[in-house]
Amino acid sequence: MTENKLPSGHTRIDSLEMRGITKRFPGVLANDKVDFDVRSGEVHALLGENGAGKSTLMKVLYGMYGPEEGDIFLNGKKITIDSPTDSINHGIGMIHQHFMLVETLTVAENVALGLPSSRGFLTDLDKVSERILELADIYGLKIDPDAYIWQLSVGQQQRVEIIKALYRGAALLILDEPTAVLTPQEVDEFFVIMRQMVADGHGLIFISHKLHEIMDICDRVTVLRDGAKIGTKTIADITKSELANWMVGREVIMTRELDDVERGKPRLSLENISCDSDRGTPALRSVSLDVHAGEILGLAGISGNGQRELAESITGLREVTNGKVILEGEDVTNFRPGDVTERMLSYVPEERMKDGMIKDFSISENMVLREHHISPFAEKGFLMLKTIAEHTDDMIQKFRVKTPSRETKAGSLSGGNIQKVVLAREISRNPRVLLAAQPTRGLDVGATEYVHAQLLEQRKNGTAIMMVSEDLDEVMALSDRIAVICEGEIMGIVPRNEATPQKLGLMMAGVVPEEEETRTTSFTL
Amino acid sequence: MRSRLNSLFDALLPVLATLAALAVGAVMLIILRVSPVEAYGALWEGAFGSTNAIAETLVKSVPLLLVGLGICIAFRASVINIGAEGQMIIGGLLATQIGIVFTDLPGWLVIVMAIFAGFLGGAIWGGIPGALKAYFNVNEILSTVMMNAIAVQIMNFMLRGPMIDPVQLEKASKIPQTARLAEAFRLPRLAPTRLHLGFIIAIALAILVYILLWRTTLGYRIRAVGQNPHASRYGGIRVRRRIVTALLLSGALAGIAGAIQVYGVNYRMITDGSSTGFTGGAGFNGIVAALFGQLHPIGTIPASIFFGALLVGANKMQRAVQIPSALIGALNGLVVIFVVGSEIWRRKRQKVRLSAEDSEDENKSPPLEPDTSTDIPEEVIA
Repeated sequence: MTENKLPSGHTRIDSLEMRGITKRFPGVLANDKVDFDVRSGEVHALLGENGAGKSTLMKVLYGMYGPEEGDIFLNGKKITIDSPTDSINHGIGMIHQHFMLVETLTVAENVALGLPSSRGFLTDLDKVSERILELADIYGLKIDPDAYIWQLSVGQQQRVEIIKALYRGAALLILDEPTAVLTPQEVDEFFVIMRQMVADGHGLIFISHKLHEIMDICDRVTVLRDGAKIGTKTIADITKSELANWMVGREVIMTRELDDVERGKPRLSLENISCDSDRGTPALRSVSLDVHAGEILGLAGISGNGQRELAESITGLREVTNGKVILEGEDVTNFRPGDVTERMLSYVPEERMKDGMIKDFSISENMVLREHHISPFAEKGFLMLKTIAEHTDDMIQKFRVKTPSRETKAGSLSGGNIQKVVLAREISRNPRVLLAAQPTRGLDVGATEYVHAQLLEQRKNGTAIMMVSEDLDEVMALSDRIAVICEGEIMGIVPRNEATPQKLGLMMAGVVPEEEETRTTSFTL
Repeated sequence: MRSRLNSLFDALLPVLATLAALAVGAVMLIILRVSPVEAYGALWEGAFGSTNAIAETLVKSVPLLLVGLGICIAFRASVINIGAEGQMIIGGLLATQIGIVFTDLPGWLVIVMAIFAGFLGGAIWGGIPGALKAYFNVNEILSTVMMNAIAVQIMNFMLRGPMIDPVQLEKASKIPQTARLAEAFRLPRLAPTRLHLGFIIAIALAILVYILLWRTTLGYRIRAVGQNPHASRYGGIRVRRRIVTALLLSGALAGIAGAIQVYGVNYRMITDGSSTGFTGGAGFNGIVAALFGQLHPIGTIPASIFFGALLVGANKMQRAVQIPSALIGALNGLVVIFVVGSEIWRRKRQKVRLSAEDSEDENKSPPLEPDTSTDIPEEVIA
């Protein structure tokens, strides 16, 4: 192995430099003379709010956009990148936030997809598998080449994406919000992989909104705001809150005090409910919980431990096989979703694009998704378009949704604005109970701040709120009580003042704290 | 400015595509040693050259429009209804039976009853695959096609047996056809041509379907289910029921097309053993008309007239320049391929434009790239 070779056998990229990149879209300057560079053996973070121009810059680097101005230098030599193929040939790989994998194919098949086979018309999957195992061994990526993608967890799928890039000879990797979809544990594992790659001489570009991750893993950080580069700093020279202010361009409230709100009666009670997952295996095992008026009950847990099923059981989207869901004294177990909604339960689903929005519908149409059939939005089976339009305009203004008009298709909004539309719809009904699943996942600092403020506002109004989140910081910042779920069971409920990350972390891993009794007693809380 | 040019181009695209198709057709005509000018002149003459020609074009467009309206509803719900042929047949049979049985009732009443019978027959024939899809996950493309085959055999059986014209029963020839409808039961003509009231009914129904889809809660639900069944369920919409409703209404409109074909054009039902013998292929051409009309009920009106003109004009062309009838079929096919192809191309172009505009908004959502979104109409076309 020579000096400038990586363990994968490919040539190292000692430095990659983008100089004066300018990219215009009709009427808008997406990148304004941006300089950016990354070296072998470092993680360089690219930070900025949604729309700051990070994705555009990376798409220029990956050959998906051609810049109007600016040059790219590889190891000091000017190169041109006209397509992703060019950039792959130069050793640049990109891990997209949304995986580009075919679910019904195996890992090896996905890796081989689009590449010529050494056997001409026949596939050479054995060879591919061999190489995958080789790479997996070098980088410590545990992966079974014969597993089907749909069988893999999100974290494992991400590893497949990394293998895919390495297989194609990537020496420099662009990681577009790689942690947004991972659980805290998976993030840790992912960081181990990242550190390994950096130690081996890879260069990594890391895009993330999560400041603590940037502080954790990166060597340098470049901040973009409104398409322009604000600056580059070494992580050692900057603190987390400085970084936040730098990115947003103003003071950001990082921690919040909870207002004193008197806790009311339980509005939502779950009594020993059980249900099955989509695959028919038990997802919830006899879960009991109460959510009181005027409180936020945080539900912490590693994603995939029954949170989604729990929310769906309550909202009527999933069949409860055992137990009862009581909404303000009424047994609503296995009611139709519409009937649960009618009883003023609002639900912000985790997968808002898939479950909470119709992306080819306009904002107006989405705004009334829950109440399109009832007065004042409908009379005698006819939609009251004028009322709907007025209501939508009102909501767009109140919730500061950034959109050209109310007729804009929901699918063309950014993640933060979509979440605002969902929140506007769910909160404006003045719900009795609000279920918010991962309400800030994928949102930038500014939007997260806004969503938190809205949840606290609802709490003040006496709404009973259950907030599902994987983000321990978020759970601990907002919740009055924190329930921890693991493998479909509630491990315990911890009051706000007793919660520590260590304690919650252990419970998330399935360890029942000693001083706590079992979950049957915690249910009486 | 540029966007205005773009939208003008988009609007003209189907016309340009048609011209391109005709150009390819011209090459074929030249190979057959026929002057394209003469041939296309005859086509135009046949479709729009006289009052009679225009009337014929409109008559031909009526079943296309009615079927197309049903297709708009079904495809908006992401349900692919290939069964309009069968739905027309069953609707036509039930409607005919009304005219045969209730000979003592006033004409207008029989017509109203017949149209309702057509509605009902089509609704049943569309509703069955709808229910199979919604509750048993049976692919509606297969089931509707199979329902077509069943409908044809029912028609053949009925017209040879129970519903056969008593006159034919006594003759040795036994032509499989029903008795002729009484004069009073025939749809009134609009001018001294064959154009009948059915045209007005179809236009009125197009407006009604537009209102249904965009102004009522039912339409909202049908479209929501078509776009995203998960979110629809979350929104309290009963997805299975709406799938059934969509196919039921879709079939009902095709059934009305069958009824109007009997009461406005043929005045009886007659079979040559195939479904096109009765429908003239409207059950399939209506799908193309609806796609040409961008699955919009109002857009389907000119689209149906266009395809009506093509069918009528092609007949004239064949007679005028003596070309094999297969070429007419080929020409029709060319137009369909070009128009549908241009539509797919337009959407791709639009998507590229949109994603460029997306990034201009400061709110750039995560990379959209190889868009895997399931745009119903596109899926249908592809």
